[in-house]
Amino acid sequence: MKAASFDYQRPATLKDALRALVDGGGAAKVMGGGQSLGPMLNLRLTRPKQVVDVSALAELRQVAAEGDQLRIGAAVTHAEIEDGVHPLLRDGLLQSVAGGIAYRAIRNRGTLGGSLAHADPAADWVLTMAALGAQIEIASATGMRRVPMERFMQGAYTTDLADGELLAAVLVPRLGPAARWGYFKFCRKTGEFAEASCAAVFDPSRKLARIVLGALDGAPQALPALAAQVARDAAMPSRDTLRSAVAAALPAKDAVDRKLMVAAVERCLHQIFVPELST
Amino acid sequence: MQTPHSHPPADPNAQGVGARVLRKEDARHLHGKGNFVADMSLPELCEVAFLRSPLAHARIVSARRPATGSERVVLREDMADALDIVADSTLPTYQSSAQPPLAAGKVRFVGEPVAMVFARTRAEAEDLAEQVELEYDELPVYADAETSRAATGERIHAQWRDNTFVTLHADKDFEAHAAQASLVVRREVSLARQCMVPMEGKAVLAYWDHQADQLVVVSATQVPHMIRTVLAQCLGLDQGRVRVISPDVGGAFGYKCVLQQEELCVAWLAKTHRKPFRYIEDRREHLIAGANTREHSYQMTAYADARGRLLALDARITIDGGAYSVWPFTIGLEPGQAVGNLPGPYAFRGYRCVTECVATNKPGFVPYRGVARTGVCFAMELTLDAIARAVGREPWEVRLENLVPASAMPYVNVANKHFDSGDYPASLVKARDMIGVEAVRRRQGETRADGRLVGVGFATYTEQSAHGTSVFASWGTPVIPGFDSAAVRMTPDGGLEIRVGVHSHGQGMETTFAQIAHEILGVDIGLIKLVHGDTGQTPFSTGTYASRSLVMSGGAVARACKALAPRILHIGAHLLGATPDAAVLAGGRIVVGDRSVPVAEVAQAWYLRPDRLPADVDAAGLEVTTGFKPKVDTGAFTYATHAVTVAVDPETGHVDILDYVIVEDCGTMINPMVVEGQTYGGVAQGIGTALYEETPYDRNGQPLASTLADYMLPGATEVPAMRIHHFETPSPHTEFGAKGMGEGGAIAPPAAIFNAVNDALRPLGAEVSRTPLTPRRLLEAIEAAQVVDNRKAA
Repeated sequence: MKAASFDYQRPATLKDALRALVDGGGAAKVMGGGQSLGPMLNLRLTRPKQVVDVSALAELRQVAAEGDQLRIGAAVTHAEIEDGVHPLLRDGLLQSVAGGIAYRAIRNRGTLGGSLAHADPAADWVLTMAALGAQIEIASATGMRRVPMERFMQGAYTTDLADGELLAAVLVPRLGPAARWGYFKFCRKTGEFAEASCAAVFDPSRKLARIVLGALDGAPQALPALAAQVARDAAMPSRDTLRSAVAAALPAKDAVDRKLMVAAVERCLHQIFVPELST
Repeated sequence: MQTPHSHPPADPNAQGVGARVLRKEDARHLHGKGNFVADMSLPELCEVAFLRSPLAHARIVSARRPATGSERVVLREDMADALDIVADSTLPTYQSSAQPPLAAGKVRFVGEPVAMVFARTRAEAEDLAEQVELEYDELPVYADAETSRAATGERIHAQWRDNTFVTLHADKDFEAHAAQASLVVRREVSLARQCMVPMEGKAVLAYWDHQADQLVVVSATQVPHMIRTVLAQCLGLDQGRVRVISPDVGGAFGYKCVLQQEELCVAWLAKTHRKPFRYIEDRREHLIAGANTREHSYQMTAYADARGRLLALDARITIDGGAYSVWPFTIGLEPGQAVGNLPGPYAFRGYRCVTECVATNKPGFVPYRGVARTGVCFAMELTLDAIARAVGREPWEVRLENLVPASAMPYVNVANKHFDSGDYPASLVKARDMIGVEAVRRRQGETRADGRLVGVGFATYTEQSAHGTSVFASWGTPVIPGFDSAAVRMTPDGGLEIRVGVHSHGQGMETTFAQIAHEILGVDIGLIKLVHGDTGQTPFSTGTYASRSLVMSGGAVARACKALAPRILHIGAHLLGATPDAAVLAGGRIVVGDRSVPVAEVAQAWYLRPDRLPADVDAAGLEVTTGFKPKVDTGAFTYATHAVTVAVDPETGHVDILDYVIVEDCGTMINPMVVEGQTYGGVAQGIGTALYEETPYDRNGQPLASTLADYMLPGATEVPAMRIHHFETPSPHTEFGAKGMGEGGAIAPPAAIFNAVNDALRPLGAEVSRTPLTPRRLLEAIEAAQVVDNRKAA
C-alpha cells in the first residue's frame, strides 16, 4: 500500500493555500492531519496530483469568542481540545468528545476541520456539530461563506465544499450556564468507529433542544419531536418512548440496529437525567 | 504492573532451570534495534510487488505487459525452472493440490499472486503492477464448504473427483457405549475464518552470494532448514547452494512455518538475475490473501448418563480448507488434529467422528497457534456445558465427572493419544476456586443497576507438544521431524556458543537455552550466546512449530552440555593436579577439595595454552554436536483449565471480561516468566478469535474485511490482566521433565468465554455458538430466545 505519486505543498498563508487549490484545478486535495486522507492515499482510493497541507496555517488554528458563538479554526487538533489548550474550549461537550476520538496518536494530528470535511458518518465531530447546530465557515479565493451543519454534510463523505474551497472554521453556540448535554457512542472496542451514537444538547436560555443520532449510513439525523418532549418534561423518557422514536426515525434498520440505537439514546440521556447510571 | 502468579522469584540471582531470568532478547527489541528484513539494505536492492487476483475463481484468458518496464514483469510462464508447491500425503482419500508460484491457467482465490514486478521502490513497483492488464473468464465460485461439497461445475482442481481435500474417520466402540446413555445432547458450533495478523507480515530478501556461489534467502520464517531444502528442490539447485537465514521475526504463529509462494518467487528472482530482491507483505495483502485459518464447524451429539458422565460422542466436523494445501504440513494436519484431539482430556470410551476438509475459493488453510485444538476445545467444552445444563449440575462438577484422573496416568484415550503425566481435575478445582464460582452465583442472584448479566465459564484442554517421528509419519507428510541437533562450543574465555536449528521469534529461547546450559555447566548466562535461524551456521532441525523447540532443541542443548561436562572436568582436574574422579563442576568452577579453577581457565588451556593439557585429553575438544528426541515421541502433554467471568450487556450485546484465570501445567518450567508471557499472548489471540476477528466472504468469494477498519483486533483495552497458577508435573520422557506450551493460551479462550456468556444468558434462555461473538450475534441470540418465549406464552 504505497500512494501513487503526488506533489506536496505546505503553504505559509491561507491565501497561498487557496491559490494552490485554484492552480491545481480539481486535482488538488486539502490535507489537515492526514489521518483520513493518509490511508486513502496509501490504498490508492484517491490520487490527487497535489496535496495542500494546511495544518500549519496560523489563520486556521485560532480559537476566539465572537458574541454568543465560539469560532474554532479548522486546523485545531482533537488533542489540543482534549488537553484544554484553548481556555474557551475547556470543561464542556467539546473537550469531553475530543478525548474519545479514535486513539491518542490519531488525535495528535487529526483536525476538527479535516474530520468535518471528510464527513465520515461515524465521526464524532460530525455528530457533535449537528447537535450544536454549528455553522461551517468556508473560504475560497473569492471570499468566505457560512453554511449550517445540517446543509454542509449531504451524505456519507459528501459535503457542500466545491473545488477551490476549504473549510476554514467552525462556529458553535456558547452554551448558557443552565445548559445540559450528553454524548454516548457504542464502539465494539475502544478507539474504533462508532456503531451507534447519540448527542443531546438542551439550553433553555437559547431555546436549544436537540437529540441527534449518529453513525448512520449518511448524515446524522435529529429527533425533533423527542427533543421537544424531553425539553418540555425535563425528565428521562421511558424506553418505550425511545423505541418508538428510533423506529420512526430509522424504519429501514433491522431490530438489532434499532436496539443498539435505543441504547445509545438512553445512555446519552442518562448522562443528563440519571447521572448515577453513567460510568 | 504486577500480575498475580504462583512461583514468585526465589533467588533473584538464579540463572538456571526455574529462574525468572529477564529475557536477553528484550533489550534490542525495546530499543528498536532488532534486525528485521525490512531494516536491511543492500546495493541495487529492488522491491517486489505482486499483482493479485481480484476474482475468486476464474480462468486467466490473457496477460498483457506494459510497453515500458516489461522486463521487470514476471508471469508463471517466465519461471519455467521453478516447480509448483506440492504437498503430498499418504492419508487415505487425500487429493493433492499443486500451487504454482504465480497463478497459471486459473486463479483460485481473491488475492492469489498472478504476476510480480520489481522496481527501485515499492511505490514504483505498485505503479508498474497497475499497468499489467489481465483478462479473466469467471468460473463458478465455491465460497463456503457446503456449496463446494455439492459442486457439479468445474472443480477447484480440475482433475479432482470432487472438491474435498480429505475425509478422516474415527470409530472406536461407539455403538456399545452410546447404547447405555439415558441422555442425548446435540449442539452445532462453528468458528469463523480469520487471519493470524502477526505484527510483521511475510518478509523475504534474496540475493546471490558470489563468494560462496550460493543463493541466500533471508526470510522471516519459523523453519529455515525446511525452507532451504524445499527451495533447493523447487529451483533445481543442490541443497549446498542454498542458504536460508531467518533474522529477527515480528511474530509468526504458524503463518510462517510453511513454504510461501512469495519466498519461492523472490528466491527465483535472485537466482535468475543474481541481484538482491525484497518483498514485504503489507497489511492489506495479509488481510486478503492471509484469511486462512480457524474456519471449522461441528455437529456434536453427546451420549451421557443422568449425572452428566459422557459415554460416547458422535461428531461431524467440516473444515473450510481454502484452495491449496500447504508444504510441508499439508491440509491434512488440520483434520488430523481435529479428529485426534476432539475428545480432549476426557475419559469417555465411545467415539465416532467424520472430519471432512473441503476445498473452497479462499486462501489455503495454514495451521495457526493451537491448530485444530482451538476449534475442538470450543466444540467439546460448549457441549459439556450443554450436558451440565441438561442434567442440572454445575459445569465444573460435570467436568470433574469426566476428566481423566491423575491415578490413571499414563493414559491412552479413546483417540489413541498417550497422556504422559498430569492432574487434570486438580487444574479444574484450582481454577474454580480462583475464579470464585460461589461468589459469581451470589452475584447472579442480584439485579445490577446497569442491567448487565454476569456469568462464569470453564474450559480444560490438553496440548500435545513436541510430538515426533511416529506421529508425523502416520500423517504421511513430506517432511517428518526426527532428532533435533545442538552444537555447543566453549569460547576461549569460557563462554558458550550454542547453535540450534530451531528459530526463536518470541519464545525466549536465547534466554531459556542459556538457562539450560547454565544449569549443567554453571557458565554465567551473560556469557552464553544462542545462534539460530541460519542454515549456514546451525545444525539441522525441522524448526519451530507444534510447541516443540524447548523439548527437542532444548533437550539437545542439555545433552550436548552433559557431553561437554566430563571433558571440562578432565582438563580442569589436570590443571589442579588431580584425577577427574576427584573433581566436581560447581558454580562454573572445577573443584577438587578446597581448591578450584574457573571454567575459563580450562578454555584458555584448550585454545591458547595446550601445553597445559593432559596427555590423554579428548581430541574432540570443547565442542559437541549431538541429537536428541524423547524416547517416547507421541508427545508431552501440557494441560490447563481456563476460567472466565464476564458481564454481558443485553441491550448492546457487549461482553466485558471481568476476570480471567489460568491454571496450567507444562511440566518443569525452565523460566516461569517466559511461560506466562507465552500464555498471555496466546490468550490475547484467543480473545481475538472469541470476540473480534473474522474475515467474512460474500457469495462471490470476495473478502469483506480488508483493512483494520473492518477487521477487529483486540487491543490493550480488550485484553484483561490475568491471574495464573502453575502446576509442575514433570514429563517422564524429556530433559528436566519440561513440556512445550507455546500454543495452549490460544486454545481455551473461545470455549471459556462462550461458556461464561451462555451462563450469563441462561435466564434469557439464549445460547451463542459461533465465533466471533459480535454484539449483533449476541443480540440476535437474545431476540431468537424471546421469539421462542413469546410463542410459548401465546
